[in-house]
Amino acid sequence: MKIEVIAFGIAKDILNSNQVTLEMEEQSSVADVRQALVDLYPAFQGLASLQLAVNADYVSDDYLIKENDEVVLIPPVSGG
Amino acid sequence: MKTLIHITSEKLDPQACLETISYPECGGIVSFVGTVRNQTKGKPVLKLEFEAYEKMALKEMQKIADQAKIKFQVEEVLIHHRTGLVKVGEEAVVIVVAAPHRKAAFQACEYCIDTLKETVPIWKKEFFEDGEVWVSAHP
Repeated sequence: MKIEVIAFGIAKDILNSNQVTLEMEEQSSVADVRQALVDLYPAFQGLASLQLAVNADYVSDDYLIKENDEVVLIPPVSGG
Repeated sequence: MKTLIHITSEKLDPQACLETISYPECGGIVSFVGTVRNQTKGKPVLKLEFEAYEKMALKEMQKIADQAKIKFQVEEVLIHHRTGLVKVGEEAVVIVVAAPHRKAAFQACEYCIDTLKETVPIWKKEFFEDGEVWVSAHP
C-alpha cells in the first residue's frame, strides 16, 4: 500500500519536500514506517527523536497504519 | 468571544489575553509570556520562525488546558501561540491561568508551558548572521 508521510520542521529539510510517498506492505506499523524512512534518509538517525503522528494524535510504535491515515513526521518539537 | 486555545501568525496581545480571562471566583491569575531572546549561547539571534502542525497542535494545547484544570483545580486556561516569522522581543507564546488561589495558578501555568514545550507539534527555527538552526532537533 502507498502511505503518504507529511513532514514539518527539520524533517522537511531532510526530505527536501513537505511530503514523501512510501510503498509499504499491508499491516505495516509505525515502527516499520520509521525504519523505512531512516533507511531512505539516514540523516533522520541524527535527530534527538522522531515520532510519528497518525490522524493528529501521537501513536505507539506498534500502531498499524491504514492506507488513508494522515501520517505526519514529528521531529523534536521546540515551541514556546 | 473568548478564544482560549489559539494559533496565529498575527502579533500576540498579552493584555487582551489577560482581559479575556476574568472570573469573579478566582483570586489568582498567573500569566506567562514567552518572548524571542536576542541571543542563544552568546550568538546574536536575528529572528525566529515557528512552524506548526496546526490541527494537532490545537488538539495538544487543548489537552494541556484540560489536564491543568484537572490536576491543579484551576478554572480557566488560555494558551495562544504565534507562528511564522517573529522578531526579537515579540511574544511567541502567552499563557494565562485563573484559579481561586494563587498557588494552583502558578503551578498550573508552569505545567502548561513545560508540557507545551514537550508535546505540542510546533517547531522553532533560529536565524543567525551565519545560518539557521532548527532548535532542539539534534541531541
